[in-house]
Amino acid sequence: MTKTDEKLIVNGKRMDGRKPDELRKIEMEIGVIPNANGSARVSFGKTTAIAAVYGPRPLFPRHLQESDSGIIQFKYDMATFSVDERKRPGPSRREIEISKVARLAIEPTLFLKNYPKTTVDVFVEILQADGSTRVTGINAASLALADAGVPMRDLVVALSGGKVDDTLVLDLSGKEDNYGTADIPMAFLPNKNEITLLQMDGRLTPEETKTIVRNILHAGKEVYKKQVDTLKKKYSD
Amino acid sequence: MVKIEEKTENNEKIREIAIPGELIGSASTFKPGHGTYVEDNKIFSKFVGVLQKTNEYVSVIPLSGVYVPKVNDKVIGIIEEVEKFGWIIDVNSAWKGFLSLSEGVDEYVDLKRVTMTRYFDVGDIIYSQVLGNKGGDIQLTMRTPIAKKLRGGVLVKITATKVPRLIGKEGSMVNLIKEKTGTIIRVGQNGLVWISGENVDKAIKAIKMIEEKSHIYGLTDEVSKLLS
Repeated sequence: MTKTDEKLIVNGKRMDGRKPDELRKIEMEIGVIPNANGSARVSFGKTTAIAAVYGPRPLFPRHLQESDSGIIQFKYDMATFSVDERKRPGPSRREIEISKVARLAIEPTLFLKNYPKTTVDVFVEILQADGSTRVTGINAASLALADAGVPMRDLVVALSGGKVDDTLVLDLSGKEDNYGTADIPMAFLPNKNEITLLQMDGRLTPEETKTIVRNILHAGKEVYKKQVDTLKKKYSD
Repeated sequence: MVKIEEKTENNEKIREIAIPGELIGSASTFKPGHGTYVEDNKIFSKFVGVLQKTNEYVSVIPLSGVYVPKVNDKVIGIIEEVEKFGWIIDVNSAWKGFLSLSEGVDEYVDLKRVTMTRYFDVGDIIYSQVLGNKGGDIQLTMRTPIAKKLRGGVLVKITATKVPRLIGKEGSMVNLIKEKTGTIIRVGQNGLVWISGENVDKAIKAIKMIEEKSHIYGLTDEVSKLLS
């Protein structure tokens, strides 16, 4: 990890004034893309992701088809203007990798047995990147899938945690991600207590890892509640 | 009164929205209905939809989603392609429909003398029934009394899961629209609705309103208010 002269945590307050276990302001909205079967926009502070779900729809080329169930295709993409220095368009190594782990994070929640030879296409676009983009993308994908009416076992809640200046924190921002000691993005099914994504970048002791995972599971309830409220709000007026 | 409404009113429950993964009952007291799944003897919802509880069943009517064909469903399709011995049909689903020559035409056809387009051509709209959906393709048939080729009129697309709401209890809702607007309406289970007659615009307005407000009570009253 690169060192910086700036102190990331001063007097127990983080750079944006948050407490270590405080999340940024979460905004969620569904039905933002009229042409998609389901769509959602999710922001954690400045990080904003937009997700679109198409399908189940016919899958081509045919060699990708499964004769007894549907498949899911996931694309994570960062907009060229989402980061400080213009990102070259097109999938980079990092984006291909995130597409895969995000797909694996939402795959266990879908029932696609009744949809042979079809695909569910999920497109996640990061419009603004300020840390924790993959978890924001997974939250958006979860809402968009529910909005599209794809049969699901549970919603997927994702949240990041980590260690910055010897303090365990939640929901890392861009700077904390870059200059912190470690970060853990995690996705889980809140009603099943199953973890579907767990990655780590940096150095942590086993005890610290366990504490962060426990903190994420606890704080994830807030994110889950927000997801449920967003889905119910569409039909409550 | 509409089917969905009546069932919930029996239990004096309000129209509740369920979320995927939400616990909606125990498998020892209820039977799992449509849109639900069982895990560890508990019933969970699969969709975002209207929760429906009777004394026996608990089910969730999804509020969105693509059409999944069931045998004997009546669907509206658009001919997409003319094949050698049948037609490929777009039925607004994840799969293509197929109407074979023998299921499409009731008479003996000598293909040496007549062409297939004499019966159905690309762009024609048909009202037909689902025979089965083996291997992904949806087999259709025209050899039922209700099946016919639809001429003229307009097609409206709505969410397939909201079709029961549009039809209403024993067709009450769709009959109301037919009466008030003087139109002929055919509703396909796949979410395509064919309308013909004078007041087509008014009928479309009513159908769009039903789609938007399918989860609220007293929809029949609102529709009659809109049309009067």
